[in-house]
Amino acid sequence: MSGFGNALSSSIGRKYVMGITGIFLILFLIVHAGINSLIFLDDNGLKFNIGAHFMATNWIIRAGEYILFLGLLVHIYQAVNLTIQNRKARPVGYAVYNGNANSKWYSRSMGLLGTLLLIFLVIHLKDFWVVSRFTGIPTVDANGHEDLYAVMKEKFQDPVRVAAYVLLMISLCYHLLHGFASAFQTMGWNHSKYNGIIKRVSVWYAVIISIVFALMPIAVYTHLID
Amino acid sequence: MSTGNMNLTLKVWRQKNNNTKGALVDYKLADISPDMSFLEMFDVLNEQLINKGEEPVVFDHDCREGICGMCSMYINGRPHGPKDLVTTCQLHMRSFKDGDTIVVEPWRAAAFPVVKDLTVDRSAFDRVIAAGGFISVNTGNAQDANNLPIPKMQADAAFEAAACIGCGACVATCKNASAMLFVSAKISQLALLPQGQPERYRRVQSMVAQMDAEGFGNCTNTGACEAECPKGISLENIARMNRDFASAKFVSEETV
Repeated sequence: MSGFGNALSSSIGRKYVMGITGIFLILFLIVHAGINSLIFLDDNGLKFNIGAHFMATNWIIRAGEYILFLGLLVHIYQAVNLTIQNRKARPVGYAVYNGNANSKWYSRSMGLLGTLLLIFLVIHLKDFWVVSRFTGIPTVDANGHEDLYAVMKEKFQDPVRVAAYVLLMISLCYHLLHGFASAFQTMGWNHSKYNGIIKRVSVWYAVIISIVFALMPIAVYTHLID
Repeated sequence: MSTGNMNLTLKVWRQKNNNTKGALVDYKLADISPDMSFLEMFDVLNEQLINKGEEPVVFDHDCREGICGMCSMYINGRPHGPKDLVTTCQLHMRSFKDGDTIVVEPWRAAAFPVVKDLTVDRSAFDRVIAAGGFISVNTGNAQDANNLPIPKMQADAAFEAAACIGCGACVATCKNASAMLFVSAKISQLALLPQGQPERYRRVQSMVAQMDAEGFGNCTNTGACEAECPKGISLENIARMNRDFASAKFVSEETV
């Protein structure tokens, strides 16, 4: 590997790692949001449970889950690493720092937004992933599939959990709003013919994904779907 | 010279040297002309300090025409002050209001240690350039200009990158004290032209390695550097540098 030198440990290499894992997580969210949207069919969760059953049993998906966790861990590890380096790069701060004059607050707060998402992830994995993988889903639906839909309905009766999920989806939205377009810039894909499209897709992606996720706890809690 | 009517309160960073701790010191200035440049206002302050037998404020400046890149000063939370596309020497007091309090600090970065007061040591930039920001040419007669056809767009982009005066405002304003805008401009001005091609992939590797060794932070694409750059250097240069770096590391067989 000596020929690659400091390819991945250099400042640009680390950014590539952030960008590539970021794009991977962005793609994962599309799958996740897509399957979750099946609850809006309002068929008592039958289609949603089929989707969940497939995701839990298909071997390609199961293998992909390991890669997903690996990607997530690398993304977090590299973010922490970069943040520590960045702090060291400015040991004495400014008395007055007018960041809003030249950049968006969320682009400067990716670490904070990401930390919030990590806290969310712990809660979220405990709520659903641990239940479906380890402790077991207690009931089955009309098709005989594990009734993850019932688990979700039960969890989202708790107003505190619903509020937490919705608030943290706002931080997801801002994280994606910067992260999506930023990944393209990092990979070097800055091109006058495509920048406008990337920017627009990035906004639409961040907003739609976050709204789809936030609507689930809201819809269940307010009995919009039953 | 001072025949204006502006009264100002300055909070200026005073620091004896890099081994001592600095602090903001308040100064009152009266009768400042709105037509003075920011540096001329500092000249007035320094004359007053000298007349009182105090140490004048040390700050970097040279051409005072906005082209040399020597002046710095972090003014009210922004490098080169509140105006876009100007250096501190081209900032005028009419951009402020009578009675304003103006906070002036040096560039803050581990790679830019404070020498004294508002002057920082920017030789880290010189070492990045020395690592590869040049082309090697044989001496002799200059070639005929039309021997090397260069598309107009390419020439313009190279020229825009070459407009970088190396003042360090990008590092100063970046929340991570990253030097990527500077380094990418210096890489791009050569990478875009035929003369820069023979050393293109060696250059990007060497200059990025030196940038990292100097202790600059990492880019998080906030875009603050581009917004604050007095010469309007574009973020496209950073993307180009990232592309060239990946090509150099994973495609080119040249290692450094």
